[in-house]
Amino acid sequence: MSDLRELYQEVILDHNHRPRNQGELPDANAVAEGHNPLCGDQLTLYLKVEDGKIADIRFQGCGCAISTASASLMTEAVKGKSVDEVREIFHRFHALVTGEAEGQEFFDEFDSLMALAGVKEFPVRVKCATLAWHTLQQALEGGGVASTE
Amino acid sequence: MVVDSEVVLDVEAFRAEFPALRQQVRGFPLAYLDNAATTQKPRRVLEAISRFYERDNANVHRGVHELSVRATKLYHEARATVASFLGAERPEEIVFLRGCTEAINLLAHSLGSRLRPGDEIVLSELEHHSNIVPWQMACERTGAKIRVAPIHDDGTLDLEAYRGLLSERTKIVSILHVSNALGTINPIREIAEAAHAAGATVIVDGAQAAPHLPIGVRALGADFYAFSGHKVYGPTGIGALYGRYELLEELPPFLGGGDMIARVTFEGTTYAKPPARFEAGTPNISGAVGLAEAIRFVQEIGLERIGRWEETLTKLAHEALGDIPGLTIHGPKDRKAGVVSFSLRGAHPHDIGTILDTQGVAIRAGHHCAQPLMARLGVPATARASFGLYNTPEEVQALARGLEEVRRVLGL
Repeated sequence: MSDLRELYQEVILDHNHRPRNQGELPDANAVAEGHNPLCGDQLTLYLKVEDGKIADIRFQGCGCAISTASASLMTEAVKGKSVDEVREIFHRFHALVTGEAEGQEFFDEFDSLMALAGVKEFPVRVKCATLAWHTLQQALEGGGVASTE
Repeated sequence: MVVDSEVVLDVEAFRAEFPALRQQVRGFPLAYLDNAATTQKPRRVLEAISRFYERDNANVHRGVHELSVRATKLYHEARATVASFLGAERPEEIVFLRGCTEAINLLAHSLGSRLRPGDEIVLSELEHHSNIVPWQMACERTGAKIRVAPIHDDGTLDLEAYRGLLSERTKIVSILHVSNALGTINPIREIAEAAHAAGATVIVDGAQAAPHLPIGVRALGADFYAFSGHKVYGPTGIGALYGRYELLEELPPFLGGGDMIARVTFEGTTYAKPPARFEAGTPNISGAVGLAEAIRFVQEIGLERIGRWEETLTKLAHEALGDIPGLTIHGPKDRKAGVVSFSLRGAHPHDIGTILDTQGVAIRAGHHCAQPLMARLGVPATARASFGLYNTPEEVQALARGLEEVRRVLGL
């Protein structure tokens, strides 16, 4: 049960109920769609990239609490970051949710992302937590459709 | 609700025959409520398979040695068992395949080869992807078109609208017997009558019906009927297609290879008669043996009794879940086969599935390979509990308790 409380902690529920940066971005210059065929989650990510940095980011879509909260937390974490920094954060985040790294020291700067550390006890939910990130990577690589499969 | 002792099976005795049911999951006794995805296997099925490999294993047909004779005999007997299970006229009307998906692909290929531009195939909104995608592929090859019969809001087929779709252009009606996503039981007899009046061939996807209802393909009016063994307490990787013999005889083969031929030269090949024509290569012999044992198992209990027990569990579930705030059950209220598909306001099915799992309750969450149906219901996915002959009222209560926990964890 404590694993469950760890997974569905307050931050996650809050971001699920009131996702940040949700909606379309009219002046987006990079867009990508993400699908998780396993559960039918899907989201569209809108980016405004300026001078190699993410100037603005929004997402739309429907999904479970984990994928919605993860998308919401991600938009907050990457706004203002350079493309290279984003790649590095994703790398660490992936290690965090798959349990490959403790990640604590990586995330001093991104405290809120640590809220998703509980996912590592639920391997089938890793794809929910990483869907938004895979979609972000897709958008930065030129758009199209990302799939967790 | 009081459980009617008349219809109560000796569930505990049956449960004891399923080794996989006797385990704890995350510290709770397993409540396996994902039977529409696949069923657990009774020990006698597992034993039939290992007995075959330990004693009788050889390739079938044309073997002159003792083991091959035994394997061939078992394979033929399995075919006869399936034929009697479906109410076919003769064993030669049964083709062993990997399952329902392969059966529909076979028909979409072989029957589909006769389609011409302008011809129509009628499906329903309830269909599983396995009865949509093969027909889309056939349409791409031939220029035929798919027409979709709509459902009512309660998840039952709109028969009138279905009849309105039929015309001389309709060549095939391919429809499921029982919906895997909602449990809806389609009125196949009426569907087939109308289709035949329009001159169409009727294919029934029976994957979800075979474990729950007695099936008589003749009485139903099905020209073809497919099911998968693993949903009827048999092994994965084996299923069967019934086809009226005169229709199978006219049908071109699907896969080419050994065993499906009468004579081969480099100039050309004469194909074998059905069912061999459709069984290229070494078949899944142990699978057929295991499936036959599973069928004997359900026949000994009786599908009528199994169906009534599952109906009891379904009613209990409707009662237990009906009081949960924000919970909606999709599909028909009654006349359905062992499925309770639901949404809980504020909770995504995937989260429901994870939280229930932490209490040992196994359900399925997702689109159930029926995305067009989910779109029709206006939901991205549903949570689905589905019952088998070994489920108990206590397990239904575990589901209801689990859903209270879902509400608590998600702060609903």
